[in-house]
Amino acid sequence: MTYDLLVNGKKYVVDVDGDIPLLWVLRDTIGLTGTKFGCGIAMCGACTVHVDGVPVRSCVMPVADAAGKPITTIEAIGETAEGARVQKAWLDIDVVQCGYCQSGQIMSATALLAANPSPTDDDIDAVMAGNICRCGTYPRIRAAIKLAAAGR
Amino acid sequence: MIKRIFAIPLVAVLAATGIVAGMGSLQTYAETSDGGALKSVSDFGPIADTSARSKAIFEEASRVITHPRCINCHPATRSPTQGEDMHPHVPLMNASQSSLGPAGLICSTCHGAENRPVVGSRMKSIPGNAHWSLAPASMAWQGLTVGEICRQVKDTSRNGNRSLADLIRHMGEDHLVGWAWHPGEGRSAPPGSQETFAALIDAWVSTGAECPD
Repeated sequence: MTYDLLVNGKKYVVDVDGDIPLLWVLRDTIGLTGTKFGCGIAMCGACTVHVDGVPVRSCVMPVADAAGKPITTIEAIGETAEGARVQKAWLDIDVVQCGYCQSGQIMSATALLAANPSPTDDDIDAVMAGNICRCGTYPRIRAAIKLAAAGR
Repeated sequence: MIKRIFAIPLVAVLAATGIVAGMGSLQTYAETSDGGALKSVSDFGPIADTSARSKAIFEEASRVITHPRCINCHPATRSPTQGEDMHPHVPLMNASQSSLGPAGLICSTCHGAENRPVVGSRMKSIPGNAHWSLAPASMAWQGLTVGEICRQVKDTSRNGNRSLADLIRHMGEDHLVGWAWHPGEGRSAPPGSQETFAALIDAWVSTGAECPD
C-alpha cells in the first residue's frame, strides 16, 4: 500500500506495509539515516523523531500512523529555532562522545525546549530519562540544554 | 531524581542487556485472559445478608481492580509501574499533573492508540490505547487495602465525581478499562471479562455498595 509521508517539509510516496515501523521507512526507503536504531522497543530513545510536533519513538510507530502528518527528523531539526539552539549548544559544550544516541538526544531536547523554554533540572531529567547514552554524556547533555535555554 | 537518571548508565552501561535485565520479569503470556473466570452475580445468592453479599461481590471485583493490568496505572506515586511484578516503569516516567507525562515525553511518545507488536525482543508488544494515561493522583490504589480502594472508588471527591451509576458505566464501557482484557501479547489479562466485571459492579451497587472492612 502507498502512504504519503511529509518528511522535513518534503513529500514522499512510499509503497510499504502499514505496520512497518516509521524508522525503517525513514532509513531504508527514504534514505534518511540520521535517525538511529537502538533497542527497537521504545526503551532507549535513539530513534526519536517528531510527528505532528510531538516526539515519538519511530522504532515502534507503524508508518500508517505517521502518514499525512508532518514528520521532522534530525536532518532538519536545525531549521527550527529550538533545534538550532540545541545543536549550537551541543557543539559549544562538545556533548558528543561516540555519538550514536545523539540524534535522539537532540530530538528529545528540542521537544523539551519547545514545550518548556526554561526547564529546571528536574524537568530535564524527567524528559531526558527516556534517552539512554552508553557513553554517559548526561552531565554535558543537561549543561547543553541549559545553555540552549539561556540562549533564547 | 537527578541521581536516578545518571544512575541509569551505571546499572545499564551495557544498555541493551541492561534494559533486558530491567525487564527480567517479563514472561510470555497469551493475549487472551489466563486469569480464570470471575464468579458470576448468582454465585453470591446464597449470602443472605445483603450487606455481606455486597462486600463479597466487591471482593470478587477487586480481583480485577488489583490486577497488574489495572493497578499498574493507579500507583501510589505519580510514576507508573509495569509488568506482572509491578516494577517501576522503564524508562522512569513521571505522569505529572496532566497524567500524560511531562511536556516533551508524554505517554504517546511510545504508546499508540493500539497495542503495537514488536519483534526480536522478550517484550512482545508495547501496550496502547487512545486514552493511555495514568489515573489521577486521587485514584491511587497501590498500597491500599481492598476496603480502602472500595471507599475511594465511591467517594465522589476522589473518583472524578462519578455517581454509582457512572461507575457501572465506566467499568463496563470505558475502552481503557476494557484494554485490560486485551493487553497485547506478553501480558496477562485479569480474570473474567469486562462484561462480567461490570455485572459485579452493578450487583455491588444494587446491594448497597458496601465496602469490605
